Amino acid sequence: MNEDRGTYRPLSYFQLMEVSLRELLVEKGVLTDAEVDAAVEDMRRRGPERGARVVARAWTDPAFKARLLADGTRACEELGFDLPALRLVVVENTPEVHNAIVCTLCSCYPRMLLGLPPDWYKSREYRARMVREPRAVLAEFGLVLPETVRIRVHDSTADMRYMVLPMRPAGTEGWSEERLASIVTRDAMIGVAVPKVA
Amino acid sequence: MSEATPIFRPGDRVRVRAAYPLGHVRTPFYVRGRTGEIERLCGVFANPEELAQMRSGEPKQPLYRVRFRQTELWPDYRGPAHDVVEVELYQHWLEPA
Repeated sequence: MNEDRGTYRPLSYFQLMEVSLRELLVEKGVLTDAEVDAAVEDMRRRGPERGARVVARAWTDPAFKARLLADGTRACEELGFDLPALRLVVVENTPEVHNAIVCTLCSCYPRMLLGLPPDWYKSREYRARMVREPRAVLAEFGLVLPETVRIRVHDSTADMRYMVLPMRPAGTEGWSEERLASIVTRDAMIGVAVPKVA
Repeated sequence: MSEATPIFRPGDRVRVRAAYPLGHVRTPFYVRGRTGEIERLCGVFANPEELAQMRSGEPKQPLYRVRFRQTELWPDYRGPAHDVVEVELYQHWLEPA
């Protein structure tokens, strides 16, 4: 989309491609305009809440956590999240290992769980530097990890999608799942932050 | 449906082919020619290099997660030697190391 709405600019190659394909699909009766609008709206509305609920469940139910780490897609289905075509790998942070996600080739991201990716996730800078100097990148996000912690960066290059299961912070003993979910941020599930108790 | 049989197991040492074909290749340049360790088999998937040419993607290829030490990928890596990057790679890009 052209951000500067006051100025006329011709459509880019890919914008033109999108319009042409969409209009053809509608013209041929494969889709309706209303269906396209509804799908776009559904994608826009989706945030990281589903991912946060998955994390909160894993924090409170060890058996669920074990199933989540073994088969992320199936475990999410238990919570009623149908993830079509999404092969989810959940990676667990521990006192010894910190995980972080990147897609160096494009911008693969578990949208069904986390919503639309932030712009920085798609930037060349994040994609190039996260596999090259992850500690420097994490420090810029405000996350400085001791050298005793292993940094495990996951490059989402093919058919899998990734989500980080952060560590449950101290001071949350006895919290409800709902309250726990409220401190699980998008960035914590990408691995560039950790959940904090306010 | 033809598919290649998985030949690697978790823990196996593998080297990524140092090849530079044109087309829709999902093997990042920074791991080509590098040695790592199989972390897990993810499943067997249509070959994206074939799919991009409007072909069937067969034979389907086993897809692995391969773990590389940062110091293997970047000789001037400044962090500790236990830091790693894990990358999904299709079997036809891997050879025993």
